[in-house]
Amino acid sequence: MAFLKIAHLEKSFGTTRVVKDFDLEIERGEFVSLLGPSGCGKTTVLRMVAGFETPSSGAIIVDGKDIVGLRPNQRNIGMVFQAYALFPNLTVAENVAFGLKIKGTPAEQRDARVKEMLAMIGLPDLGGRYPFQLSGGQQQRVALARALAVQPQVLLLDEPLSALDAKIRVSLRTQIRDIQRELGITTIFVTHDQEEALSISDRIVVMNGGVAEQVGAPFEIYNRPATRFVAQFVGTLNLIEADVTLPETGTVRIGTTEISLGRPLKPGRVTLACRPEAVSLGLADGRPLVLHAEIGEVHFLGAVIRVQARAGRTTLSLDTFNRPDTPPPAAGDKVQVSISPADLLVLEA
Amino acid sequence: MADLSSVRRMLTPRWLGVAPFFLFALMFLILPALSIVFGAFRAPGGGFTLDNVAGLNTPTIRGAYWVSIRLSFWSALLGCAIGFAMAAAIVLGGLPRGIRSPMLTFSGVASNFAGLPLAFAFIATIGPAGLITVWLRTEFGINLRAATGFNLFSTTGLIITYLFFQVPLMILIITPALDGLKREWREAASMLGATGWQYWRMVALPILLPSLLGTFALLFANSFGAVATAFALAGPQLNIAPILLFSQIRGDVLGNPGLGYALAFGMIVITGGANAAYLILRARAERWQK
Amino acid sequence: MMRFMSWTAFLLGSLIFILPLLGMTEFSLSMRRGVYSLDAYMSVLSDPVFRATFSYSVMMALFTIVFGVLLVVPTAYWVRLKMPELRPVIEFITLLPLVIPAIVIVFGYIRLYNTSSWLPLTGSTMGTNILLMFGYSALALPYMYRAVDTGLRTIDIATLTEAAQSMGAGWVQIFARVILPNVLVAVLSGAFLTFAVVIGEFTMAALLNRPAFGPYLQLVGANKAYEPAALAVIAFAITWACMGLIQLVTRLSKHTRAQR
Repeated sequence: MAFLKIAHLEKSFGTTRVVKDFDLEIERGEFVSLLGPSGCGKTTVLRMVAGFETPSSGAIIVDGKDIVGLRPNQRNIGMVFQAYALFPNLTVAENVAFGLKIKGTPAEQRDARVKEMLAMIGLPDLGGRYPFQLSGGQQQRVALARALAVQPQVLLLDEPLSALDAKIRVSLRTQIRDIQRELGITTIFVTHDQEEALSISDRIVVMNGGVAEQVGAPFEIYNRPATRFVAQFVGTLNLIEADVTLPETGTVRIGTTEISLGRPLKPGRVTLACRPEAVSLGLADGRPLVLHAEIGEVHFLGAVIRVQARAGRTTLSLDTFNRPDTPPPAAGDKVQVSISPADLLVLEA
Repeated sequence: MADLSSVRRMLTPRWLGVAPFFLFALMFLILPALSIVFGAFRAPGGGFTLDNVAGLNTPTIRGAYWVSIRLSFWSALLGCAIGFAMAAAIVLGGLPRGIRSPMLTFSGVASNFAGLPLAFAFIATIGPAGLITVWLRTEFGINLRAATGFNLFSTTGLIITYLFFQVPLMILIITPALDGLKREWREAASMLGATGWQYWRMVALPILLPSLLGTFALLFANSFGAVATAFALAGPQLNIAPILLFSQIRGDVLGNPGLGYALAFGMIVITGGANAAYLILRARAERWQK
Repeated sequence: MMRFMSWTAFLLGSLIFILPLLGMTEFSLSMRRGVYSLDAYMSVLSDPVFRATFSYSVMMALFTIVFGVLLVVPTAYWVRLKMPELRPVIEFITLLPLVIPAIVIVFGYIRLYNTSSWLPLTGSTMGTNILLMFGYSALALPYMYRAVDTGLRTIDIATLTEAAQSMGAGWVQIFARVILPNVLVAVLSGAFLTFAVVIGEFTMAALLNRPAFGPYLQLVGANKAYEPAALAVIAFAITWACMGLIQLVTRLSKHTRAQR
């Protein structure tokens, strides 16, 4: 039995169904991300778990107990908000101590716990400051400490990084993940940033239109997207139009090249997709799909160079590693690019 | 020519731009107030004296101040409480959004509807022949005055009448402050186990405290200095400080001009004191602000 | 539960406003026994003293507005542009009229500017009128200053001023052609508020013995039965009109700004 189980969860505002038949099981200590564009229902799911929204139907079971009927303050769930939400009239230490005070923890234990939490987030000396005296990253760490101080069963993170600078975002997400692992706390993380979700999660739920499109580990989500939406939302994708010539062997024609994908296809046209890193410049063993192309734009991103190559009507993005001794390709160069059929995904229409 | 004008611009002091304002403030705000202060401590023949201020210590004048303070305190307190309840109902209580804008506009009107017309409106409503008084008498046989001891021309009547501008003033000032309470604060508090009441006691009220104190001080001064409404309701014989001063200025009823200054000085001390107390309390309540 | 309490608070609170407004309206229509009539209004409007005092107060309000605008707008502008360190002082001064009762201020006037003083303003009718206007300007100062300062905050006056200067405009031109039009809505808001404050003011006018609308109201209130209610309705309508006009100009200006 999973530690946190969401079953047949539904939410409608008026006649709009925002969350549709949502199921999810999370193991104790697991870090699960809800990923999707704004309006996909991910925040609504989180707010139903927190208790701020009442589900239209369905169950939310934590540790064997349905919590749908409980008020937020009875659920023993911690939450970190996008806009910090520290109490501005309380110092950092008082903010962290807030939940303990409500619980009636004796002052000595409370102080010890606050000290421990501040040390954990790496701000041991800032207990006396007020929130306005902290940077955004510091405030968000205090918010995390405040949520964790009461030892909640589940931690909810509602886009906690999206108000921060890019650099701090990366370092803070690592810190959040470290703390989460250390405490072994079951965590749901809501984000619209696919890179964030891929880097931090044990599993990802990709949501669209109130529905969970795919649930899986980051590797799976990225490399074997189950739906067209997942494939397009997570990472960059090249789309290649092809005609199916032999449905039973999965042979398709791309431009003038014919190639077998080794699995049966429906007759007609199909859209094939592949990641930029699956496309190579030049010929290579085991990559029988070869296209003649002309280099378009070249983006030098540092370790990686992203190149646009035009082959007939399709434009392909491809990534090559930077090598200090070799100059990058130049716009207008005539090149050959090769792809392995195993890296091609067939997108259902 | 160009050089000359730039030289002149450099020589023109910056404070010349604010000189008219300070001259006006000095002549028509600060000096008049100061002249009252000096007058309160000046003997009839010149020279310093405490006699004028000591002269305030008569039953009549003490009573007048005391009634004024009580009147202002209660009308400010009730104004704050009712205004706060209404603003909270509008902002946080889930009332239809359409109510908000008309209510704020109306508050703007009502907070400026003071003075004599306000007194007339209340006389027409709960005065001896007012709408409600007559209605209670003819429909239910209740004599408002005999049954409850209520008299519009009393301190209680004045307090109720003043609420007409105190409440909307509070609504106007506190609504933006209530808007400033972030939804996340309430949610964060409840996630940490706090009840609604605990959230208000530990977070929301401390955050609102500076605004509440400031509005209370303002409402207090507002009713403490009000002459016209009281004058129209109860006439010149009502024993409150501003009316006493009014009669004194008009006809020197106290028989001693120095006493008039002392009376006015006392009013400045009280309203000034209320505001000074507010500033001190606010400084303490605002430690956590920039 | 929450919503029920909100409605209760809101409706009970509203009674404080609704009942007196109903009462005064009903009373003002009840002059003729047994039927509603406009007799009280007729009686008021045909009174020559009403017309005289009302137009006197309107004139005073207009002069106060003009003086207030000329005093406040340049000051607020200059302080924002060149002397931001003075803002706390100025704000403190503009709030003084809310702290010092009007009756105390006018008492000070009578003492400072009486016939035997260095500036005997109360010695002549014109002088007293001017003194009353200054007094009204002081009373309206908090409203006027706040409105104008808020208006200035929404525009980038430093850039506007530099742009105007670079095209060779002098201070008077900058003020009249650039700053004033840009804060016109704020100035109008302040002006209507001033009007609402001045039109029925009683204490200052009574103690300076000027034939203003406020003292007239007091006189009618002391001697008549139904006319005061009619006057209250008229006064309420005037206040309502002032606030309505503030809303109107604000809305209109938003409209034109959106089109730009």
